[in-house]
Amino acid sequence: MNTTSNSSSFHRPIASDCQPGQRFYVRVLRQDGPRKRRYWQRFALEYEADMNCISVLQRIAENPRTDDGRDVAPVAWECNCLEEVCGACTMLINGWVRQACTALVAQLLQDRPGEIELRPMTKFPVLRDLVVDRSRIFAILEKILAWVPVDSYYDLGPGPRQSQEAQQMAYLYSKCMSCGCCLEACPQFLKIELEYREGETPEAYNARLRTANMRAYIGSHAIAQVELFNSNPIGAMNATERLDALVAEGGIQVCGNSQNCVRVCPKGIPLTTAIARAGRAATRHIFRKWFDR
Amino acid sequence: MAKPSVMIVGGGLAGMAAAMKLAELDCEVAVMSLTPLKRSHSACAQGGINSVNNLTRQLGDNEGKHFEDTVYGGDFLQHQPPVKEMADWAPRIINLMDRLGVTFNRTPEGFRDQRRFGGTLYRRTAFAGATTGQQLLYALDEQVRRWEVAGKLRKFEDWDFLGPILDEQGRLRGCVGQDMITMRIRAFPADALILAVGGCGLLFGRSTNSMACNGSAASRAFQAGARYANGEFVQVHPTAIPGADKLRLISESARGEGGRIWVPRKPQDPRPPTRIPENQRYYFLEERYPQYGNLLPRDIATREIFKVCLTEGLSVETDRMCVYLDVTALPREVLDQKLAGILEIYERFQGADPRVTPMKIFPAVHYSMGGLWCDFEANAAGGLNVGSPRNQHTNVPGIFAIGECDYQFHGANRLGANSLVACLFSGLTVAPGVVAYSDNLPGGDARDQTAALYDRATAKYQAEYKALLARPDGGPNPYRLHTELGQLMTRIATVVRHNAELADGYGKICAMEEKARACSLADHGEWANQNVVFLRALQDMFPLAKTIVKGALARDECRGAHYKPEFEMPAVEATDPAERRRQAEAWCERFADNNRRWLKSTVAAWSSDGEPQISYEEVDTRLVRPRPRLYGVVGGDVIEQVWKERERTAKAKAEAVPSASERGPG
Ligand SMILES: Cc1cc2nc3c(=O)[nH]c(=O)nc-3n(C[C@H](O)[C@H](O)[C@H](O)COP(=O)(O)OP(=O)(O)OC[C@H]3O[C@@H](n4cnc5c(N)ncnc54)[C@H](O)[C@@H]3O)c2cc1C
Ligand code: SF4
Ligand code: SF4
Ligand code: FES
Repeated sequence: MNTTSNSSSFHRPIASDCQPGQRFYVRVLRQDGPRKRRYWQRFALEYEADMNCISVLQRIAENPRTDDGRDVAPVAWECNCLEEVCGACTMLINGWVRQACTALVAQLLQDRPGEIELRPMTKFPVLRDLVVDRSRIFAILEKILAWVPVDSYYDLGPGPRQSQEAQQMAYLYSKCMSCGCCLEACPQFLKIELEYREGETPEAYNARLRTANMRAYIGSHAIAQVELFNSNPIGAMNATERLDALVAEGGIQVCGNSQNCVRVCPKGIPLTTAIARAGRAATRHIFRKWFDR
Repeated sequence: MAKPSVMIVGGGLAGMAAAMKLAELDCEVAVMSLTPLKRSHSACAQGGINSVNNLTRQLGDNEGKHFEDTVYGGDFLQHQPPVKEMADWAPRIINLMDRLGVTFNRTPEGFRDQRRFGGTLYRRTAFAGATTGQQLLYALDEQVRRWEVAGKLRKFEDWDFLGPILDEQGRLRGCVGQDMITMRIRAFPADALILAVGGCGLLFGRSTNSMACNGSAASRAFQAGARYANGEFVQVHPTAIPGADKLRLISESARGEGGRIWVPRKPQDPRPPTRIPENQRYYFLEERYPQYGNLLPRDIATREIFKVCLTEGLSVETDRMCVYLDVTALPREVLDQKLAGILEIYERFQGADPRVTPMKIFPAVHYSMGGLWCDFEANAAGGLNVGSPRNQHTNVPGIFAIGECDYQFHGANRLGANSLVACLFSGLTVAPGVVAYSDNLPGGDARDQTAALYDRATAKYQAEYKALLARPDGGPNPYRLHTELGQLMTRIATVVRHNAELADGYGKICAMEEKARACSLADHGEWANQNVVFLRALQDMFPLAKTIVKGALARDECRGAHYKPEFEMPAVEATDPAERRRQAEAWCERFADNNRRWLKSTVAAWSSDGEPQISYEEVDTRLVRPRPRLYGVVGGDVIEQVWKERERTAKAKAEAVPSASERGPG
């Protein structure tokens, strides 16, 4: 399976020169809540065998004291699977957007001895410390109708037969865990963070946020999902609507083809291939619409 | 009838299957989860999902055999009707998943491919690379999103379930949850509550489970009156790799595709594994169980690995216990197309390429067979009456349990690739039962309840939350206490259990529980306070930990994953044929006797004094009679033969005596 250059360079054999008990520092960019002041804190830790950035954060939670001896609130962060299939723990580690669970301390210290730097993603509003609000990613999946529109959940026999090649291609795209690395790296994908207006109800605020999310750039993960569902024999039945979404405001035309996204995708998803293919489909779609008028 | 309003806690496979089916049945559905649904633990499932299929059918397989493998694998501890129904539905469920776009691997002709998994001789397992759970989860997440867009379903992601709301008659009327970002606590009125909250691996500290698998939600239901059954049955998976935060699974599919487990015959042979010649390798599973080989059920494989390392001193390394799991001989395209996901995990975390050098693995806590007790309604064929409100219904009216958090399908040991199918089956089939239950509720539906009922419940949890925040500093550290609990549980309540250790451990757990009540928080803020959520979950681990240990202590036998050497059945060791036979007869006698005493589900109820009260329930074995679970072990044939003869005689006797119904009343 083709992995991107990025993911293979992240996951080199582990350096063995880290000794249990060896001291190192972790610098964390903290923020107590949305739109609050950001500040750095540094923690001193001791290396343990098989340590990754999740265990680093667990040790800090256990003993939230900075290296200069101040007791502070523990760092907030998100995680679940701890094996890079859920996408929850995405953050900037030594400046790279990636998952904390597969970021091994021994490797990080080999690249940059002595200190590890953790920051929240910058393209999503910070909720607290390393926790960001990525609901926009899921809103985008609504926009592009990222599902197979089956008639019902009653027993209607098997799905369509598929070639091995089709399955392998679909599988590449369907591993997308909505982590947002590709969006973090994309120069065209910009942060949306709204402030409550005076007297605004949560419903009104959410509606405004939704409109903003729906108009902004969808990003390459979504373009790959359009490819996935439009190549599925049942999904293809509403391909037109997906193509409509693909060329709507914030659609594929916004992509500047800088190819940053494909370099950071931890799942090795061929995002630029998807962009190229979807781009051709979008062009055909626009022409067809134009002639059908 | 007004549309039933249903709250589902848990958005893994089970919860989302129920959600989409209920939305289709036109209910008002809400789903609450600790994580965004798409990030639920089910994403971790690697190997695949079982069902009879066209290919196995022609090799002699059928639904009945899937059912039988499952109950034999579970050491006959599960009620048989739900298992039969699940096996019957399995092919249809996979077909549905196929229609939903799950990227199942294909054969050259374009059919779904299948691999073999443990505890069966058939290739029943459909798979999508080595990330089957993730692919299934995503397909359901997509359907759930579709219903959300259609306005039929609402999601409450990053919410912590705090407890059910029961009326004075003890009937469910809703639940309370807390938003983990804003820390707001609110009540959710509902006609039915479905718990699909997954397993509780975090009770053991590190396991193969995700961080949300802390058992908190099941424990909260248990403390509110729901019963918890067979808690002592905890699956320890034979093949995992160590980590500081998690023990990562290397799926059974590695062996399903031909991977082999071995150790060097020479203890701690210093040569690299690839340089050790075949005849100096000990393929201990294959030698002891020639028929099943590396694909034994997990409980047995795990114990064999323990034995080889601990008793026989053949661990690969001196300072750490592990054995080789070797896939180096498999064809490259099998590795790349069918196993890539798990090999990547090994490579990333261990820094060695399993394609060229054997992996080093050791067992780890993996799955909870036990869970919330639930009911079922059997039909005449011995399956389920699907649509009955009794199915998956806990003892609390209105609370249902599905997926890993129920105790229904796997008995004393779960077979690989049977959980995903059980999750989907229980999720899809609970839906019509919930609709039937919600029709004509005594005392009206949720809308008819007083606001006071909900306000009281909210106020209670609000007060508890404030009390947590107000705890004085300087108390014990909750994270360290969790590590302590995990180490204790792993030591006393996993692969090998001893009564003395369990009894002693129980006392220690009670002491830790006490300590947890004094734990202080490092964060007293009221915004995204993860400390609060963690400490609350930790406190709720103790009722389940106590239930597991108490159940294990009481159960003086060996069954499936529950193993006490003190009560192990002796091997037939004699060489003289007559003596062998005598020993086998004694063995069978003891086996039958033990079943009379222990073929029972453990059912725990939480009592107000903070102790689980244990009682036992007969197991419904109406379809296949329990038999010794030997898996063709070398030397076990004589037992098998004697047992068959005993069964024949018993059957003949039963036929000679007219049955009760023929005799008529009187
Ligand atoms: C590494 C691994 C590999 C596996 N591979 C396989 C396999 O190949 N085949 C197979 O059949 N089985 C496999 N299993 C088992 C299977 O994955 C699980 O049993 C199954 O996914 C459980 O699904 P579930 O829907 O019951 O729960 P989960 O997917 O665990 O979901 C539980 C849900 O409950 C929510 N929740 C929990 N507590 C709360 C709370 N307090 N408040 C709110 N929400 C809460 C969570 O957020 C989550 O959404 C594997 C398990 C592991 C660990
Ligand atoms: S190729 Fe397009 S989507 Fe990818 S980073 Fe560049 S602009 Fe963004
Ligand atoms: S395409 Fe890759 S980087 Fe982008 S969200 Fe999906 S998995 Fe993450
Ligand atoms: S915790 Fe799931 S990707 Fe890291």
